[in-house]
Amino acid sequence: MTNLELQIMANKVRINIIKSVHSAKAGHPGGSLSAADIFTFLYFEEMKVDPTDPKNPDRDRFVLSKGHTAPGLYAALALKGFFPEEDLLTLRKLGSYLQGHPDMKHTPGVDMSTGSLGQGISAAVGMALAGKLDRKDYRVYSLLGDGELQEGQVWEAAMFAGFKKLDNLVLIVDNNNLQIDGRIDQVCSPYPLEDKFCAFNFHVITIDAHDFDSIRAAFKEAREIKEKPVAIIAKSIKGKGVSFMENSAAWHGVAPNDEQCEAALQELERIGEALCQK
Amino acid sequence: MSEIKRIATREGYGKALVECGAKYPNLVVLDADLAASTKTGMFQKAYPDRFFDCGIAEANMMGVAAGLAASGKVVFASSFAMFATGRAYEQIRNSVGYTKLNVKIGASHAGITVGEDGASHQCNEDIALMRSIPGMVVINPADYIEAIEAVKAAIEHQGPVYLRFGRANVPVINDRPDYCFELGKGRVLQEGSDITIIATGLMVNSSLEAAEKLARDNISAEIINIHTIKPLDEELVVASARKTGKVVTVEEHSVIGGLGSAVCEALSSKAPTPVYRIGMQDIYGESGSADALLAKYRLDGEGVYKQVKEFLEGK
Repeated sequence: MTNLELQIMANKVRINIIKSVHSAKAGHPGGSLSAADIFTFLYFEEMKVDPTDPKNPDRDRFVLSKGHTAPGLYAALALKGFFPEEDLLTLRKLGSYLQGHPDMKHTPGVDMSTGSLGQGISAAVGMALAGKLDRKDYRVYSLLGDGELQEGQVWEAAMFAGFKKLDNLVLIVDNNNLQIDGRIDQVCSPYPLEDKFCAFNFHVITIDAHDFDSIRAAFKEAREIKEKPVAIIAKSIKGKGVSFMENSAAWHGVAPNDEQCEAALQELERIGEALCQK
Repeated sequence: MSEIKRIATREGYGKALVECGAKYPNLVVLDADLAASTKTGMFQKAYPDRFFDCGIAEANMMGVAAGLAASGKVVFASSFAMFATGRAYEQIRNSVGYTKLNVKIGASHAGITVGEDGASHQCNEDIALMRSIPGMVVINPADYIEAIEAVKAAIEHQGPVYLRFGRANVPVINDRPDYCFELGKGRVLQEGSDITIIATGLMVNSSLEAAEKLARDNISAEIINIHTIKPLDEELVVASARKTGKVVTVEEHSVIGGLGSAVCEALSSKAPTPVYRIGMQDIYGESGSADALLAKYRLDGEGVYKQVKEFLEGK
């Protein structure tokens, strides 16, 4: 896809995030919006996945370690064709296969159940290890929150991945600098991120999470790295795309009301129209 | 009488892993720096490519196990019972249990027979923790022979399994041609009419010893080995309770949440029966030899005998 096509798709992901979280009356819009461009690039450009064959053993894998941003993942999966887009409105509702946090048993395209922070990365490491063991060339991607880096398990997993030289593993840190209780550098700072991942024997690339040139270059570089896992530090804006949600910890886990939903959709639709006229 | 062989159940674990390594090419074993103790080191030696030491990081190990299982492997993840189930409880609950992935947790050094290391390493809560996870199968083999068969059954079972092994050398009681292991099925080792003694793990031997002493007092005890605590063989437990009218459970584990609780839960709705639970009475262990600890906490043959007598005498 061209950058413009990716931007248009990412905008659709954002619209679906707002619609589904509004429909659920609960969920996590802030971190879903900050990662929307990453979700879009992974599913529409980077990863080898087939919506008609979601369990193919040779597919690339994605583990959403920051599982609370499931609305972003679900939107990308639906747009990719793993399940109908209208099902996104069943998010978090009784009987829906779109659980509040990803459930691999019931949702096509979800490679690992996550939600408890720090656990997804370990599962991604296990998948990468299995790929090496079976001499398969699939790649494993895992998206982490920056607040999630406060979990000790993240560093256990990073130590193991670096030591095992899992060059089929790419971590992406959605570095929007906000967690529930405030700025990550004021709650319990995990900085400096680059130095930490370097020290754990990762190849580290820092990018603008909302610039597809930057994203594209990073994933290309990641493919060329041998003998080391890669950590992409994606500098992002929480709530990106909806002006009143941007850079606000308050929008971490709150659904927009009817009025706010309408305003957010109007804003995103205007962006979408402008992109389509380019 | 020939001398009774004494082998630790963890030895059976290691032996079975090696035996199964050839038959199951997708078998992968993980450990957290305790391979020599848990006996996964035997598998490591035989199949170095399919063994991974995760270092002293049990939480990550359980997640790596889940990821490997999600990629088609049958994974055994091992540590001491304390760290496997205590440290990594939530990883097991969310990454292994909730996902129903094919991860088997092989935990050694369970209970007080860990001995000299003391209370920090004597896990008396693992069965309670694992039993509470939906879908988790919980197996506690009584001896070396049963440990081997339990591992084989765990591999054949699709989904998460918890296996409990001990450190101490304990009598081999199942070395008989008619022995067979069936997941979820208890075994009546001795029929009796006055009282039912339901035991698990190393306490099966203590209960058999107690039964001999009880027989000398003209008390006929029915001895049942429950190696699979979950799913519990409720049919067998209920039938025996109805027959004898009195039940004692015996476990090298807290009386809260383990075999005793499982039996009470089953009987309370299906055949209300007085039950006395022998085990660790809501306390921590301490340093000492395995035998000295079993004697102190009344979990050897003599201790079980006396506790059964006290129960029968209404003390």
